[in-house]
Amino acid sequence: MAEQDWKTNKRVFAAVSLPTLLWTILFFAIPMAIVWVYSFGQNAGLNEIDISGTLDNYKRATEWLYLGIFGKSFAVAALVTLICLIVGFPVAMAITFASEKWRPWLLLGIMLPFWTNLLVRTYALMIILGQQGYANKGLEALWGGASWIKTLIGLQPLPTWEPAQLLFNNFAVVFGLVYVHLPFMVLPLYAALDRLDRSLVEASLDLGAGHFRTIMRIVVPLAAPGIVAGVMITLIPALGAYLTPDLMGGTDSQMIANVIERQFKKANDWPFGAALSFILIYAMFILIALQSMRRKVPELH
Amino acid sequence: MALLSRTPRAPLEYSRTLWMRLWVGAVMVFLYAPLIVLMIFSFNDSKRNVVWRGFTMKYYDKALNNDVLVEALVNSLTIAALATVVSLILGAISAVMLWRFRFPLKGAVDGTISLPIIVPEICMGVAFLMFFAKVQWPTDLIWPLNLSAITIAHITFCFPFVTMVVRSRLASFNREQEEAAKDLGAGEWQMFRDVLIPHMKPALIAGALLSFTLSLDDFVITYFTSGPDTVTFPVKVYSMLRFSVTPEVNAASTILIILTIVLTAIALKLQGVKAIAETH
Amino acid sequence: MTDAPKKPIIQIQNVTKRFGKVAAVDNVSLDILAGEFFVLLGPSGCGKTTLLRMIAGFELPTEGTILIDGQDMAGIPPNKRPVNMVFQSYAVFPHMSVADNVAYGLKIAGVRGGEVKDRVAEALELVKLGGFEDRMPDQMSGGQRQRVALARSLIMRPKVLLLDEPLSALDAKLRAQMQFELADLQDQVGITFVTVTHDQDEALSMASRIAVINKGDVSQLATPSDLYEYPANRFVADFVGSVNIFEGKLTLDEPDKAAVDCAGLGKVYLNHGVTGPHGADVWVALRPEKIYLHVPGEGKAVRAAAQDAPEGYNFARGKIKGMSYLGDITLFEIELESGARIRVSRPNLSRHDQEDFTWDDKVSMHWRADSPVVLLS
Repeated sequence: MAEQDWKTNKRVFAAVSLPTLLWTILFFAIPMAIVWVYSFGQNAGLNEIDISGTLDNYKRATEWLYLGIFGKSFAVAALVTLICLIVGFPVAMAITFASEKWRPWLLLGIMLPFWTNLLVRTYALMIILGQQGYANKGLEALWGGASWIKTLIGLQPLPTWEPAQLLFNNFAVVFGLVYVHLPFMVLPLYAALDRLDRSLVEASLDLGAGHFRTIMRIVVPLAAPGIVAGVMITLIPALGAYLTPDLMGGTDSQMIANVIERQFKKANDWPFGAALSFILIYAMFILIALQSMRRKVPELH
Repeated sequence: MALLSRTPRAPLEYSRTLWMRLWVGAVMVFLYAPLIVLMIFSFNDSKRNVVWRGFTMKYYDKALNNDVLVEALVNSLTIAALATVVSLILGAISAVMLWRFRFPLKGAVDGTISLPIIVPEICMGVAFLMFFAKVQWPTDLIWPLNLSAITIAHITFCFPFVTMVVRSRLASFNREQEEAAKDLGAGEWQMFRDVLIPHMKPALIAGALLSFTLSLDDFVITYFTSGPDTVTFPVKVYSMLRFSVTPEVNAASTILIILTIVLTAIALKLQGVKAIAETH
Repeated sequence: MTDAPKKPIIQIQNVTKRFGKVAAVDNVSLDILAGEFFVLLGPSGCGKTTLLRMIAGFELPTEGTILIDGQDMAGIPPNKRPVNMVFQSYAVFPHMSVADNVAYGLKIAGVRGGEVKDRVAEALELVKLGGFEDRMPDQMSGGQRQRVALARSLIMRPKVLLLDEPLSALDAKLRAQMQFELADLQDQVGITFVTVTHDQDEALSMASRIAVINKGDVSQLATPSDLYEYPANRFVADFVGSVNIFEGKLTLDEPDKAAVDCAGLGKVYLNHGVTGPHGADVWVALRPEKIYLHVPGEGKAVRAAAQDAPEGYNFARGKIKGMSYLGDITLFEIELESGARIRVSRPNLSRHDQEDFTWDDKVSMHWRADSPVVLLS
């Protein structure tokens, strides 16, 4: 039985469609439309906004300051995605090829942080990375060890350890975003690898290929949809990240979401904030369009 | 998975190679060490996080006696529960709509329903801020009605996830079951209740878990929709972090982590680790 | 195949494979000879695929040794073994064209340029897929994909080609055709084929020798006709073909004659000796097509049976309780006077043969003294 035409069963169709449609229009489409309309407005007085159809907000968004922030947000998100991919791929491989007994528990191990509160996780990472945190202590121990080895072979010891500034800078933002988004990357990769017919991997080995060549020529091309999905699922939220740069970043690590927030909570420039929001949304659309184009290509064969 | 195993490794047992194990181990340490450190130091008898000064429960005492914090937690749980119930209903029926019917503009409807998943949180937050200001949504209602704005926002971004999970479950439904039920005399509603709902059950449980945690987790959208009287737990923790980091935060965070683990355990009890793992 | 001196190409020596506590393969030893079409036959879960995968190197034996061409395979990974495998799912790489699939192993082996092209064309010609070079696997039928998998393995010129349930995914007609083609192909390339299957027809029609595997152990190793006509035990008799089995006691055992007293069937006479102690518990296996059903009033056949059996008649009476007309033959289920049931098949030699009998007819039947097989286990 294929899909049913809505006209053949109007009562049931109305029952399942009206609540959702109403909700989506009322609480999603209309709010988004308001943002869109406001992005063409300007502040007139303290609490008045005049919808004048002006493009000034968009013009202002193309100033170097804001273009720079967009560019930087994109660069950070891309770097985070790349690191997540490199770190996450072997993990996804390990889960896929783990024994039946271990696989669910490894998956759970990846998913549990994903269910844990983002704010709590960010805060936990801040404790570790702080001036007196364990990351610094670990580095200090390594430093001490290196110094000791140098004295062993008769060289001058290293200068005394100065706690490294691991928080409130760009490094912290990237580190924090990787920490938060790693599960997003691993899960779709795992889903793709798990669907892969194992006998394809075996066939490649059987025909004389080594493990590395098999991964590069068979596993990666066939897992490509999953890799693209993982990249998108990581890139999109990383691009719009607010909390991590806000809490872990320094004055120069603002991302686009922080700038948007400032327009509403501090600068009180709603029209400009609305314009920036829509530019961010357009950027997402472009990314998704690129992804769906890429998906169409192999089907041309 | 002993590190040094006696049986030789077959070619596809990648997860038994040493470097693979080290890699996965390092990733797990990376993911869990901060949380574990945080939990341990919530029992530390010191104002600062760094040195262990003995075991104490006093910060739990403080956190649980902090009326604002407790109220925030109660608010968060209330919102999450309400949002979960409504999201389940909306998500289930919209999944059935998209799965079962062919109708004009289906592609557009489908796309719009799943948009909240990809629109950045900050943009959704901004949209709700402007929307509730524009319609002058009342903010001085009695509890729990004063949470309505936040709850509505949460439902809007939670239910598309339920739709997604339920829909992929419905794809595996054998439509002959529906025909068999009707052949045996079941009406539309009886078929839905006796055949379709049982089939959707694992997806509904996964969707409920997802909605509840998404709602409990959300900071950004709530930050834009909450007023001074409607503080949720993440918003409260955020302001504590921003303005005065006290060990109470550790205690409060630990409570939330334990809540998550309990929720997960309940889900596991209901579905088994495999089913939960597979719905993601 | 000629009678050139045959040396073992694969030697499996005391191989055991345990998954946890379960032994999938239990202390198996067998030699596969060069140039053979060897079939591992058994029900699903009997360990035959595990055995094949151990030869390929995808599973490692818990105990025991596997030698290929005299060389111990312990520690040698699949990509270094002189065998290639055709997978049950064919495992044709979906993102590569037919030519790229077939050339994959060659390119990895470092073969370059024109030679690759020539050998790919040659291999595709061999499996009757000439001209399909640029097709993608998703544009091909299951049977064609299987030929791609075959070409991809054969191009490597392996010492042994391993085939895991090669015909199980094909429909009945195509399967019958491929049985012949595989046998032909093997004759043509002269490579040793080792095939795993659960289908006895497939095994009988293709194999030069068959190892019947049951519960991780070799039940019998024989040529197809020996396997069918001289099964070594009840499992083989029952698994290969259809059979009636009766329990009985050996009451007469001389070099040129024997008799078994069966509770269900009466005394069964044989015109050859059986090695077993007098009075031992044995089983008599009798194939349905070896029982001759008498048309009413036909006495001559009974006399023929009397002459054939050394000490009496291989003769029984009963009542028809079931009939199924299969076109070429009709199968009868007959209730004997003892209450036991026996299956008899009768070829429909003329168009009206199926009208000779009907339900509840009283019938008599006989069989030759060399037809029953006495099984000791």
